[in-house]
Amino acid sequence: MAYKIEKASEIADNIFEFWIKAPHVSKNAQAGQFVVIRIDEKGERIPLTISAAKDDLIRIVFMAVGKTTKFLSSLKEGESVLDVAGPLGQPGELKKWGNCVLIGGGVGIACLPILAKALKEQGNQVTGIIGARNENLLLLSDELEQDCDELVICTDDGSRGFHGFPADILKKKLEDEKIDCVWIIGPAIMMKITSMATIPSKTKTFVSLNPIMVDGTGMCGSCRVSVGGETKFACVDGPEFDAHLVDWDELMNRQRIYPSQEKESLDNFNEHHHHCRCGEHHHE
Amino acid sequence: MSKRDAAERILDFLEVDEGLSEVNAVLEATRCMECVRPACVKGCPVNIDIPGFISAIAKQDFKKAAEIIKSDNMLPAICGRVCPQETQCEGKCVLGVKEKPVRIGALERFIADWERKNEIVTPKTKKPTGKRIAVVGSGPAGITAAAELSRSGHSVTIFESLHAPGGVLTYGIPSFRLPKDIVKTEIDQVLSLGAELKLNHIVGRSVSVDNFLAYDAVFLGTGAGLPSFMGIEGENLNGVYSANEFLTRVNLMHADRFPDYDTPVLKGQKVAVVGGGNVAMDSARVARRMGAEVYLIYRRREEDLPAREAEVANAVEEGISFYCCANPVRIIGGPSVTGIECVRMNMGVLDESKRPCPVPMTGDDAKFTLDVDVVVEAIGQSPNPLLVSLIPSLKRGKRGNVIVDENGQTSIPNVFAGGDIATGAATVIEAMGNAKKASSAINEYLNQ
Ligand SMILES: Cc1cc2nc3c(=O)[nH]c(=O)nc-3n(C[C@H](O)[C@H](O)[C@H](O)COP(=O)(O)OP(=O)(O)OC[C@H]3O[C@@H](n4cnc5c(N)ncnc54)[C@H](O)[C@@H]3O)c2cc1C
Ligand SMILES: Cc1cc2nc3c(=O)[nH]c(=O)nc-3n(C[C@H](O)[C@H](O)[C@H](O)COP(=O)(O)OP(=O)(O)OC[C@H]3O[C@@H](n4cnc5c(N)ncnc54)[C@H](O)[C@@H]3O)c2cc1C
Ligand code: SF4
Ligand code: FES
Repeated sequence: MAYKIEKASEIADNIFEFWIKAPHVSKNAQAGQFVVIRIDEKGERIPLTISAAKDDLIRIVFMAVGKTTKFLSSLKEGESVLDVAGPLGQPGELKKWGNCVLIGGGVGIACLPILAKALKEQGNQVTGIIGARNENLLLLSDELEQDCDELVICTDDGSRGFHGFPADILKKKLEDEKIDCVWIIGPAIMMKITSMATIPSKTKTFVSLNPIMVDGTGMCGSCRVSVGGETKFACVDGPEFDAHLVDWDELMNRQRIYPSQEKESLDNFNEHHHHCRCGEHHHE
Repeated sequence: MSKRDAAERILDFLEVDEGLSEVNAVLEATRCMECVRPACVKGCPVNIDIPGFISAIAKQDFKKAAEIIKSDNMLPAICGRVCPQETQCEGKCVLGVKEKPVRIGALERFIADWERKNEIVTPKTKKPTGKRIAVVGSGPAGITAAAELSRSGHSVTIFESLHAPGGVLTYGIPSFRLPKDIVKTEIDQVLSLGAELKLNHIVGRSVSVDNFLAYDAVFLGTGAGLPSFMGIEGENLNGVYSANEFLTRVNLMHADRFPDYDTPVLKGQKVAVVGGGNVAMDSARVARRMGAEVYLIYRRREEDLPAREAEVANAVEEGISFYCCANPVRIIGGPSVTGIECVRMNMGVLDESKRPCPVPMTGDDAKFTLDVDVVVEAIGQSPNPLLVSLIPSLKRGKRGNVIVDENGQTSIPNVFAGGDIATGAATVIEAMGNAKKASSAINEYLNQ
């Protein structure tokens, strides 16, 4: 059984949007959940957030950073991946909170549309704040414009929108109005720093953790994270957790278990892929 | 059974035991007295007609032997390799009193291997009943239930959350004990009886609980996949693995062949494995094969090791150093593991299991440290909670196991369960025995 890529496009610098046919996932997917994908027989199982689900299709949005995501980005419409397992993880706490703020950093922005829609359905007021290093790394802003009551765009270099970080906007908003719940999704360091803004006001803040996973079903313990002093498995207890209870330094350490292997894998792939381009398209 | 030499076998993942030759199998079979009330059969959780198949071997009618085994056990090549025969059939064999018991396990394996190479025997199936049955999990319990229920004529769908079937047979037990092509062949044979296998399907997530309870009957065989950790300092350092993760990376994802395969694993120069069961032995021997010096740390005495004796002997031959009567208290390092601190244990009074209760020693020389760069914790697993926690009306025991009656029926009438999800971590053959019982109970339930 293979899962066909129905649509593939590059929607920002090195960031790709794929629609994949996986009815078992799309029919059951909820905001906050993810899939595990394996491209081929020799491939690694990697987790990717479900960014949207429609009919038989799911959308994933990913940045090509290492071997597997680079390889994935090289696949064309009509080609397939070998495995798509999901939906995995606990759905987000989708209820009537009141005034919600959703913050996305970099490729983490991809998680927001499905979340914004679900929170709107529950009758919440939803503000989106999205940030990236520069405007070429911003994604899905048109879509989020539709999904959110208000959308604020930030860039670190000021190339578009507010010149600064989402945390700056969040701090300002916390001073100006009552916020009931905040979601922050992006790289660990960005989630750590941004979530500090809600500590003084004790505003409920969720983050979506991204430790290294293998099975994604609670069987291996690779994804363990410390939350409030307890060991949790991000794939089954999360991936969303209370930001103020997460041991961020441990998470970031555990994300760096395999730097030399990741480099070796990528170097091998780049070398091989370079050869491939001269001839026929194939992937091994 | 002859074994490959330790010096040779630690260099690869090929099978250690070589099996019986045809001549030796027939010779061994002739030792069986074909008892009228065979004790061995009572010791077998799936009640294979042991004297029956052994007598067929003695007459060199290997096909008939295969037919006899297959009518009770669809996974003989697996069972012949991993069953603890010494405490089951062989443990009961009357010849064991005066001399050695008949080597039933080796004979079962011989027949299964003969069958695979010569003539596959497929048991008959009954005519379709029109009933739909969902089997969750494709470990030995799920596969056996699927076989039994397909043979009864039901339309069976097996759901498996991973990308490969087999459960622990695939991701846990290493190929030097159980070659993966054998697991695949036996599962394919079960599927040839008509069951449909849906991989990458997590029941409770990819299949909603409602949809799944709507089947005419359901068999839960989701296993005991949740790894336990010791709860000591330093456990989340880089380089500390649960046995499940370590073995899954190697067995399922082939991390030993990185970078040819994409999944990495830290191979470690010096690896500490904590625990004393089969899972610990497997982890230690896998680490050894990836080139590490391996220390096995176990809190009781060597004679108390719960692993099969033969596997302990294999581990010793392969150069694994045993630190018995010792227990880890702290893992040292940051951000990666550099050592493990242990405390020596005194053996106290006998506990319920008739083994001495380990008590930590006190004093300055009670502690010792081993320099290691990888730690594998093989201290136990508990039932996988993912699905069962989504069904509040399903009664569960203290350890999270699903409670079943003697027929495998749960607190929900059309839901049956068996294997590690019901018993807690046990054995392949017990999981299969449970599944067979539950399957006949499902048949009865559907006929009501
Ligand atoms: C629940 C969850 C949801 C995610 N959603 C997205 C998403 O929507 N879009 C996206 O671009 N990325 C997402 N990620 C991260 C994505 O899984 C990694 O970027 C990807 O695995 C990298 O694989 P690689 O081989 O390309 O890179 P590698 O070279 O292997 O690694 C690059 C970095 O990715 C991380 N990583 C590596 N292997 C894994 C693994 N098996 N599991 C998790 N992280 C790993 C490590 O921190 C590493 O430093 C998510 C991660 C998690 C846990
Ligand atoms: C390393 C190791 C070595 C062992 N060695 C031996 C040995 O030598 N001899 C012996 O007899 N026993 C041995 N055992 C024990 C034996 O393997 C188990 O008792 C047996 O596998 C239990 O079978 P099971 O079918 O209940 O569960 P499992 O084999 O655990 O299979 C359960 C399956 O269900 C799937 N699953 C879980 N949840 C879901 C869901 N919600 N939806 C879909 N699928 C799901 C899992 O992915 C898995 O494939 C060993 C165990 C381990 C870990
Ligand atoms: S108990 Fe031993 S001798 Fe008797 S039938 Fe069984 S295997 Fe043969
Ligand atoms: S990824 Fe294996 S337990 Fe979470």
